[in-house]
Amino acid sequence: MAEASHAQGIGGTFAVLLALLLAWEAAVWFFTPAPILLPPPSAILAELWSSPRYFLRHAGFTLWTTLAGFGLSVVLGVALAVAIVASRWADRVITTILVVMNSLPKVALAPLFVIWMGTGAEPKIAIAVMLAIFSIVADVALGLRSVDPDALALARVHRATGWRILWKVRFPNALPALFVGMKVAISFALVGAIVGEFVGGSAGLGHVILIAQGQFDTVRVFAALFVLGVIGTLLFYMVEAVERLALPWHVSQRSQHGSSPR
Amino acid sequence: MGLCIEVTGGGKTYASARGPVTALADVGLEVREGEFLSLLGPSGCGKSTLLRAIAGLDPLTSGSITLRGAPIDRPPERMGMVFQRDVLLDWRSIRDNVLLAAEFQGLPKRAHEARAMALLDRFGLGAFANRHPWELSGGMRQRAAICRALLCEPEILLMDEPFGALDAMTRDDLNLELSRIQQDGARTVVFVTHSIAEAVYLSDRVAVMSTGPGRVVEVFEIDLPRPRPLAIRESPEFARHVAAIRGLFSRLGIVKE
Ligand SMILES: Nc1ncnc2c1ncn2[C@@H]1O[C@H](COP(=O)(O)OP(=O)(O)OP(=O)(O)O)[C@@H](O)[C@H]1O
Ligand SMILES: [Mg+2]
Repeated sequence: MAEASHAQGIGGTFAVLLALLLAWEAAVWFFTPAPILLPPPSAILAELWSSPRYFLRHAGFTLWTTLAGFGLSVVLGVALAVAIVASRWADRVITTILVVMNSLPKVALAPLFVIWMGTGAEPKIAIAVMLAIFSIVADVALGLRSVDPDALALARVHRATGWRILWKVRFPNALPALFVGMKVAISFALVGAIVGEFVGGSAGLGHVILIAQGQFDTVRVFAALFVLGVIGTLLFYMVEAVERLALPWHVSQRSQHGSSPR
Repeated sequence: MGLCIEVTGGGKTYASARGPVTALADVGLEVREGEFLSLLGPSGCGKSTLLRAIAGLDPLTSGSITLRGAPIDRPPERMGMVFQRDVLLDWRSIRDNVLLAAEFQGLPKRAHEARAMALLDRFGLGAFANRHPWELSGGMRQRAAICRALLCEPEILLMDEPFGALDAMTRDDLNLELSRIQQDGARTVVFVTHSIAEAVYLSDRVAVMSTGPGRVVEVFEIDLPRPRPLAIRESPEFARHVAAIRGLFSRLGIVKE
């Protein structure tokens, strides 16, 4: 039942998307704008079809820097959140740095990373981390902190060490918040990767868009945007799928699992 | 019987935003080895405060608490505690929640699995060992919490209104079970409750507390024979104990008639 309704939801999304694309196609047919302003979806698909390896190669690069940036954000972000919760001193230092960092328009820092790290994958990954890590740290720190005080009392009654409390109570308690943060972070990591490609380098969908823009190749810009949209959507659903597997016990997941014995 | 826990001149002042709050003042209490003692008193008289101090969770601000002569400054070994809410962790099955008591202490989970199952069976939860807390009723959840407290065979069991959130029938059930397990193990229990009848039914002694500030006013010996069937609550001796305690409460102005 639940699986069926989930599939229905995805089917519905596809139906809506298809209808929008058809409307777009029809509008271009009807109003005939200059192709340099708005190409029809059919032309965009034809563009993708004509050079699939080109798009795959660049999409692969963007996907890899995004995932690397996302993965690093999760690992570093969780570590920082643990430090924040474990020590008041670390809390002051890390929180101050993060708040300052977050209040800067991070896109403006991108050129600096190119100076520091060159034009390879590293600056893209670094920018992706810089954009994505904030939501991970903030959400996980909140999740680690908002533990039922009685659960902590229980742990202390049984003489649990701080690490054991972290591992057995705080960390599982923070998992739902971690996934909330990850869903935000995955999109930000993609933004960061593209920003990095805009400011330097010779690979990735951001690079494709930049080059195509220079040549007024609007169809290619749209084709790259289309691939970006697909990547972004798939990444988001991937995080959701992992969440569903990892948190069968969580309130937000229970309706899907029902309360039948397993 | 020897002395297990001794509180002398116990005082507790909380610092709050609106100035200091005196929760306990000059509390004297002796808990004997192996007895079931209830702390009975109106809301806000400091029962939880006293119990948490005995547990070594929040120290008193004055006076002393000793366990077999040694001051309690952190949770002692071989202690179990049951709270008003069951405090089961949602991500663990009922069995794993019970085993948590061992895991927290760094004891091997394996070695305690058989005892966990035996306890769950004893409390009628055997068939629910693999379920999650949210699949159980309130009474079943509190039973699981009691199993968890009993897992490592505590010598001291502290219970803070464990049945306060349950309906009357479930409460009767659990009172009966608690009175049974009290019989087959030499275990010291300190039990917090609002209910005079519950305190009399379960206890060897009832320490009555009063507010303003919180203190122990009087300790009643409950010499009803054990085992105690639920029907003992209709006996004249039972009524006599209840009346004595209620009389004290009305003299203290806590219940008005
Ligand atoms: N953390 C705290 N900070 C400030 N005051 C507190 C705190 N905890 C308890 N108190 C105060 O101390 C007094 C005793 O509280 P306590 O919780 O021990 O009462 P209790 O007898 O357990 O009440 P109840 O039966 O309602 O649980 C109350 O007046 C309460 O307001
Ligand atoms: Mg209380």
